[in-house]
Amino acid sequence: MARFARTPIAPLEYSRTLWMRLWVGAVMLFLYAPLIVLVIFSFNDSKRNVVWRGFTTKYYEKALGNDQLVEALLNSLSIAALATIASLALGTVAAVMLWRFRFPLKGAIDGTISLPIIVPEICLGVAFLMFFAAVGWPTDLIWPFNLGAITIAHITFCFPFVTMVVRSRLATFNREQEEAAKDLGASEWQVFRDVLIPHIKPALVAGALLSFTLSLDDFVITYFTSGPDTITFPVKVYSMVRFSVTPEVNAASTLLIALTVALTFVALKAQGVKAIAETH
Amino acid sequence: MTEPTRPIIQIQNVSKRFGKVTAVDNVSLDINAGEFFVLLGPSGCGKTTLLRMIAGFELPTEGRILIDGQDMAGIPPNKRPVNMVFQSYAVFPHMSVADNVAYGLKIAGVKGGEVKDRVAEALDLVKLGGFESRMPDQMSGGQRQRVALARSLVMRPKVLLLDEPLSALDAKLRAQMQFELSELQEKVGITFVTVTHDQDEALSMACRIAVINKGDVAQLAAPSDLYEYPANRFVADFVGSVNIFEGKLTLDEPDKAAVDCPGLGKVYLNHGVTGPHGADVWVALRPEKIYLHVPGAGKAVTAAAQDAPDGHNFARGRIKGMSYLGDITLFEIELETGARIRVSRPNLSRHDQEDFTWDDKVSMHWRADSPVVLLG
Repeated sequence: MARFARTPIAPLEYSRTLWMRLWVGAVMLFLYAPLIVLVIFSFNDSKRNVVWRGFTTKYYEKALGNDQLVEALLNSLSIAALATIASLALGTVAAVMLWRFRFPLKGAIDGTISLPIIVPEICLGVAFLMFFAAVGWPTDLIWPFNLGAITIAHITFCFPFVTMVVRSRLATFNREQEEAAKDLGASEWQVFRDVLIPHIKPALVAGALLSFTLSLDDFVITYFTSGPDTITFPVKVYSMVRFSVTPEVNAASTLLIALTVALTFVALKAQGVKAIAETH
Repeated sequence: MTEPTRPIIQIQNVSKRFGKVTAVDNVSLDINAGEFFVLLGPSGCGKTTLLRMIAGFELPTEGRILIDGQDMAGIPPNKRPVNMVFQSYAVFPHMSVADNVAYGLKIAGVKGGEVKDRVAEALDLVKLGGFESRMPDQMSGGQRQRVALARSLVMRPKVLLLDEPLSALDAKLRAQMQFELSELQEKVGITFVTVTHDQDEALSMACRIAVINKGDVAQLAAPSDLYEYPANRFVADFVGSVNIFEGKLTLDEPDKAAVDCPGLGKVYLNHGVTGPHGADVWVALRPEKIYLHVPGAGKAVTAAAQDAPDGHNFARGRIKGMSYLGDITLFEIELETGARIRVSRPNLSRHDQEDFTWDDKVSMHWRADSPVVLLG
């Protein structure tokens, strides 16, 4: 009877009520069941990958030994890193500009800056295909310059996200802090570096995480802008799946998941989870 | 003060317009070196705009501001020899207390060792010694304000500007900070210019007060002069509480004057007013300057002689409202003319508040030098 001797559930202690636990469990299952299946079957000792036939890690070896796949992964990581850095710079400047200054056509720019997020990806992909063809973008550059087209396309849809999170963070900035810094002798640049950047730092981390992951897993736009020598990881996985769903694909995907989770964890640790939560 | 007064800030014919709104309207005033100067006025009167123009965050539309003899036109806030304590304190949340206080010194290129000494000295001054490594979010509002004070004082400015410094503090802390700010100002000898809408704050801290109304200086005077000799109805009403009666000046000689007020009756003064005979004037009478007592029963020749000492003014009425405030009781009395007057009475003994109650008939008297005759 010890179970019933514990303290009764208080009115707001939802986490201890049965229906809430069931609901949370259902949500978790819905979100993570596919991923869990993916990870489990990456260890499946079967070529066809439909029925469980025993545990093996050989497909990890196979995936890591697949030069094309590794190259695609390196391409993806390079593009994501470049796109993140450029999006952070561009997005932050755009956010600060829209928040701080008044200038002609501000309303128009404000309204259209998030267009790359709204426009369907397929349209953006086709648009980039046409654009790069029209300007005669060279396709025979050496690595990493051959990634230029994809990187530019990724920056286009990543930086509005940075602008959005930075702007929402700027809205909570107390302008008196800027004035206080100036009052103490700081120049515009020193105010930006010492007061504004520390204030928007959580938004910068959030924006960087968003950009990196968006770029890393983008398929549609990349598909239209990649050439034969610039296959990215998602595009490569897609072409592999077209032949057959082997545990190799699962293994490669699992590695990518592990990588993203690790990166997110490091970023959150570096910033403090609390600060990230404040941004949203 | 024995040394001759020297203006540290000269505001000359300064106006500030935001579009069609005139925030500051042709203001000229001098603030002396070493004084505690207060800009007092209701919200929206332009006092904060004036302060921000001194700091350089707003530029005058017309006129000029001189600090220590130097014209401030074209000099940005970061190059002016003044520092400001903001209403929100604006302490940098991502810096420790010591880093906050050291910020201005580091920008100015002061060497590390000296920075440390001056930061410690400034923190001691505001009684925050030992708080160096605290973060602002671990401190109370009052402590954050001290950080803001230290951060400005450490720069050794010629003038310290304070924007509503006490408005965010609770009543007890506010009273304590009033004393501390005055004490601090005397200790460091820096000119303080404070903006406030709170008359108690202004009266208790200031050497001189400029009352601002609708962008203009309504009166510039020492606290006691402001209270006892208000220059106009706005000042009389804004600083302290007051009864104001409209009347006509019927007698005006060097040693006496009389004003005929329809509401209050004839008011006698024992000094001249120097206003035109028959002019429309206003009589201002502070509630605490009126003595209140039970009307004497009797057979006296005149009503005045009955209750009031010689040379006092006299009136009668009925108590229509009372509020007991502990130290004083405030009465609202309906005069025989139907006008109302407010009288305050100190509760000198424990049972004083029982002397009067609603609908009691009372008589009042006040000295002939108590009323102030206002021409505007």
